[in-house]
Amino acid sequence: MNAVFILWLRQLKRYFRSRARMAGSLGQPTLFLLALGFGLGPTFARAGGGDYVQFLAPGIVTMGILFTAVFSGIEIIWDRRFGFLKETLVAPVSRLEIVLGRTLGSATVALIQGTIVFLVCLAAGFRPAEPLLLPLALLFMALIAIMCTAIGTAVGSVLEDMQGFQLIMNFIVLPLFFFSSALFPVPDLPGAVRLAVRLNPLSYGVDGLRGALNGGFAFGVATDFAVLGLLAAILLAIGAYLFSKIEV
Amino acid sequence: MTAPAVIEAHDLVKRFDGFTAVDHISFAVPEGVIFGFLGPNGAGKTTTIKMLTTVLTPSEGRLLIAGHDPVKEPLLVRRAFGIVFQDPSLDGELTAAENMELHGVLYRVPRTERRERIEALLRFVGLWERRDDYVKRFSGGMRRRLEIARALQHRPRILFLDEPTAGLDPQTRNQIWEFIRTLSRDESVTVFFTTHYMEEAERVADRIAVIDHGRIVAQGTAASLRQETGGRTLEDAFITLTGHSIREAEAAPIDRMRMMRRMWRSGR
Repeated sequence: MNAVFILWLRQLKRYFRSRARMAGSLGQPTLFLLALGFGLGPTFARAGGGDYVQFLAPGIVTMGILFTAVFSGIEIIWDRRFGFLKETLVAPVSRLEIVLGRTLGSATVALIQGTIVFLVCLAAGFRPAEPLLLPLALLFMALIAIMCTAIGTAVGSVLEDMQGFQLIMNFIVLPLFFFSSALFPVPDLPGAVRLAVRLNPLSYGVDGLRGALNGGFAFGVATDFAVLGLLAAILLAIGAYLFSKIEV
Repeated sequence: MTAPAVIEAHDLVKRFDGFTAVDHISFAVPEGVIFGFLGPNGAGKTTTIKMLTTVLTPSEGRLLIAGHDPVKEPLLVRRAFGIVFQDPSLDGELTAAENMELHGVLYRVPRTERRERIEALLRFVGLWERRDDYVKRFSGGMRRRLEIARALQHRPRILFLDEPTAGLDPQTRNQIWEFIRTLSRDESVTVFFTTHYMEEAERVADRIAVIDHGRIVAQGTAASLRQETGGRTLEDAFITLTGHSIREAEAAPIDRMRMMRRMWRSGR
């Protein structure tokens, strides 16, 4: 057994043991799905958009991944003061191994959480258009999970205490979500909003996932994949670098 | 006191943005002794421990930990010591045995040896029967005992303890020191600790250094410090050496978080 594996395993154990956390982070996506999906559904259909729950589901799955991933990154702040992180930072292993184990563990947890949200969507009436493309959907979910966890790791490594939490929520997590085309289609947007969506890395995740589940990629599957893969790699490198600079 | 030194500091300096936290300190800790590092709040104790344990890089000076330079060979130094931090560092969502196991894997203790060590040490600190319980259900004293057992798992030559008894009741404090004394003897480990409780340092430490304003103001045994200052107890000697003024440190983020943590825990 090596350091990366046991740290990955630790994240998974923590997830499966904390049922409250699991249920808590399911609440928000479910609420969005039900309230928006059924609340705006008739209007969306009248405007010629089709079935809104069908459109919305990939966005909600992305939301589940985003929230779980970013928050497990932010856990670093707490963990490095009162938790297990300090113990790992003086252990005879490199920071890179620690950040890899931790990030892959959190990303796996986020992927599982996304899968559960996907099942909730199925229960709410969502149906994938092309079941054969489900592995592609899973691949996009994994990339989204890695990218978002890396963002969380980067932010969690820089912040000194929990005071910045609200800031992260309002200036990183929610904008990423709202301007990602998770809730609305891109083509008819006003210029500024469309630009924001195009610049938002998460948009490519939502688009890739929506394309794989519903058919029809707004940006093209190759673009989605390339942008997401590249950004996940870059953000992972940034997260690892910032993590290596943490002082306990 | 003729054993070779296992910790050596020569003219050690640490500056943060113009502020000198540790100012040319030198000391040596012989192998096998229990060394007390005392000083008021903000005197430079924790900064020194951080430099000794590879977490902070010294601005100046020379350090040797178990024969290695913490800046050049951090991994070799890390293998040579175990540490119990001032703030808890266990994973509450894991069991006592899992916390031990994680440490063993990180320190590359071979599997069979890991099992033996985990059982022996958990038995020693009286937690073997509770090995499969989640650490979040443990009392403060139990957690400390587990942290000490964990820190010794990879057979370090040095054990660092940063205020190991802070916040514990007198019975538990006594018990913790009893463990530390026995372990220092049986495991032949050198112990380097800080504490606020002078009577504990007086009772346990073979050698003491007092640090204030980043400088070492006295070194010796508890008896020699009392003699030097004409104090009746080590506490008298400490106050003679460091003065009566109370140190008001600015609240750092860590203090705010400690407060949040206390409030949060007491609310449960």
